[in-house]
Amino acid sequence: MPDARLGANSGMASSAIFDEMGLNDQEVRRAYLGLRDWLKETPADILALRREEAETFFRRIGITFAVYGEGGDPERIIPFDIIPRILEAGEWRHITAGLTQRVRALNAFIGDVYGAQEIVRAGHMPADQIILNDTYRHQMQGVSVPNGIYTHISGIDMVRVGADEFYVLEDNVRTPSGVSYMLENREITMRLFPDLFSRHAVEPVDHYCDALLTTLTSVPPRNCDREPTVVVMTPGIYNSAYYEHSFLADQMGVELVEGPDLYVKDDYVYMRTTQGPKRVDVIYRRVDDEFLDPLAFRADTALGVAGLMNAYRAGNVNLANAVGAGIADDKSTYTFVPKMIEFYLGEKPILNNVPTFRCSEADECKCVLENLNELVVKETHGSGGYGMLIGPKSTQAEREVFANLIKASPDKYIAQPTLALSTCPTFVDEGIAPRHVDLRPFVLAGKDIRVVPGGLTRVALTEGSLVVNSSQGGGTKDTWVLKD
Amino acid sequence: MLSRTADSLYWVARYMERAENLARILRVTDRLSLMPSIGDTGGNEWHSTIVVSDCEEGFYEKYDEATAEHVISYLAFDPDNPSSIRSCIEAARRNARSVRTALTSEQWECLNTTWLELTRIKESRLRGGGLHGFLDWVKERTLMFHGSTVATMLRRDSFHFMQLGTFIERGDNTARILDVKYHVLLPDHAEIGGGIDYYQWAAILRAVSGYRGYHALYKEGIKPWLVADFMIMREEMPRSLVACAAKIKECLDDLAEEYGQRHESHRMAGARYSQLRFGKVDDVFGQGLHDFLEQFIDQNNKLGAEIARSYLM
Repeated sequence: MPDARLGANSGMASSAIFDEMGLNDQEVRRAYLGLRDWLKETPADILALRREEAETFFRRIGITFAVYGEGGDPERIIPFDIIPRILEAGEWRHITAGLTQRVRALNAFIGDVYGAQEIVRAGHMPADQIILNDTYRHQMQGVSVPNGIYTHISGIDMVRVGADEFYVLEDNVRTPSGVSYMLENREITMRLFPDLFSRHAVEPVDHYCDALLTTLTSVPPRNCDREPTVVVMTPGIYNSAYYEHSFLADQMGVELVEGPDLYVKDDYVYMRTTQGPKRVDVIYRRVDDEFLDPLAFRADTALGVAGLMNAYRAGNVNLANAVGAGIADDKSTYTFVPKMIEFYLGEKPILNNVPTFRCSEADECKCVLENLNELVVKETHGSGGYGMLIGPKSTQAEREVFANLIKASPDKYIAQPTLALSTCPTFVDEGIAPRHVDLRPFVLAGKDIRVVPGGLTRVALTEGSLVVNSSQGGGTKDTWVLKD
Repeated sequence: MLSRTADSLYWVARYMERAENLARILRVTDRLSLMPSIGDTGGNEWHSTIVVSDCEEGFYEKYDEATAEHVISYLAFDPDNPSSIRSCIEAARRNARSVRTALTSEQWECLNTTWLELTRIKESRLRGGGLHGFLDWVKERTLMFHGSTVATMLRRDSFHFMQLGTFIERGDNTARILDVKYHVLLPDHAEIGGGIDYYQWAAILRAVSGYRGYHALYKEGIKPWLVADFMIMREEMPRSLVACAAKIKECLDDLAEEYGQRHESHRMAGARYSQLRFGKVDDVFGQGLHDFLEQFIDQNNKLGAEIARSYLM
């Protein structure tokens, strides 16, 4: 009997692709009426000119992401599509409620993982899922974190397949990036198309950095009896998201530090300044767990700070996101999130997961292997669109490679139906044409949970392509949430 | 402010100033090389440029002879020369990129645009008549950067660290430009002011944008001791050694006020300023111009190191 998660029966892989504007003039959806008129009035050569201006702007202010080791210019610009993507107020309320719920559950789960592991005792999750997971950090077992918050900044990847059908694709709770594009894309749209902008009531996003700072200062470490000193910690200028790190530090008005700028003395963290040492209380770190502290994790790195974990455990510094939060980021953990929402919150999930096969389960694995041509297979720890197989677009040879990989280590893979991602009008070489998009809203969790109305819309610029990752030729769009 | 940030700001300013001064040195050398040669010194202007730029070792590892083409290539464009104009602009941008939050957007955009334009300039453009266009471009971009710094930065520690970088580097470079003259004309410590070298002194004045300034101040024809007085002792001249020393002292005083702390670098900067402010140009010639300049460059390096010890590490 075919599995309900497979394309033919799920209704998720149907041939009818949902276009968020509406593909013909009679069907244009309400939110897009203004944009439709404006596109009609605006000649293509003006659009092309504006696109050039946008690129010059990004280059000049240096909004680049770095791709090393592939030859060519290491400082690349993520292509920016000038046509905004528009969401209605009602749609956004639904998304916000779902995201808030999800992040509450994820925080409860991570706290449970490093606490009593009630979810395992209750039989909802196998213990191996936690303790054999590469992202599990035994160093965090029994450590309490301020306000019980582990993921302060979450980037939740969502896709849409119909007017009211949003799905969560991934939870990014380690060091999610992309928020600077949300902010800069808005900046450039307002600069390039003031006329289009003024015809719409668009919810602003520019308070994101204030909200981020409020979030970070709301979770000072246990032993901090003053206004906490916040810093952003970066691996340095060669990191692909370095621009974002410096942008966020700048907007918040805090120092951007690298590992060697910090040191630990008597379990307190200090930064080296022109006026001598200064205590640091909250670190928004964009450095992965393994590189944070050579004494606790990998010893062969200069990115971190020796003794940082001791200071953290002693309650003298707080880290955002918490060490070990990645346990909730893992793609095989993802399949348990609906269960977490019921278990920890006693609520029904507002946003659904994409139905997912866990190859670690023998019968599910068998089903995946039999239906590779219909499924998207992903590595559980993969990111950036690497290490995945898109069944319907794959060759027989590629499928054989993946079949062998899956058989060799089934617990490293999950599979999902090929989703018919929604499309949005996009300005490409052929003119304005529909292209597939996803959405990454950013959720801030401190004393309160906040979602700034907007997010990063990624767009697959190649016709028919479903891969939106910037590392694989995807672009971005400004994302508008309309006021009621 | 992070010590690393202060250090990077200091070096951004130093590298941009160095790029500007290299352009000035190349300009003066090119001009000197066009003049009729004097005695047996003919043709060694390019060698002397390598000497005063402190690149002798690296240059002669790569080339046997200091021809115009080799020297221009090495000083302007060579990525193997860490002090070439190109390397300086790249280093300035690299430092700036690591401390973008401490720069104003005008400064960053100026620097980034300079770098982007540089990557598009072909070295072949420097041959023939193209050198002057390139040197003008360097001067224009570095002056614009300097202007963006003065016009947009808050007057606080970050600004002072940049100014320190600028004036430590500028003092060093002015001394070196003045020393070009020594190397070209006085290989045997011969007496200065023989009267045949009017055009060379004029070229030096032009290199520091001081040709008209000199005439405005002295209302006299070009006299070697007055040129030396102008470039060493006159505070009105913004590239003179005493003007650089005054600025350094002022920046350090501002930092002391802001931070409420004084260091050994403050004493050194004060002592050096007094020496130049109340010294006499006759004494400089008494000591020997070349020896004086060498001593100045050495002291300047020591002061730079002491500033680093006080704040940047």
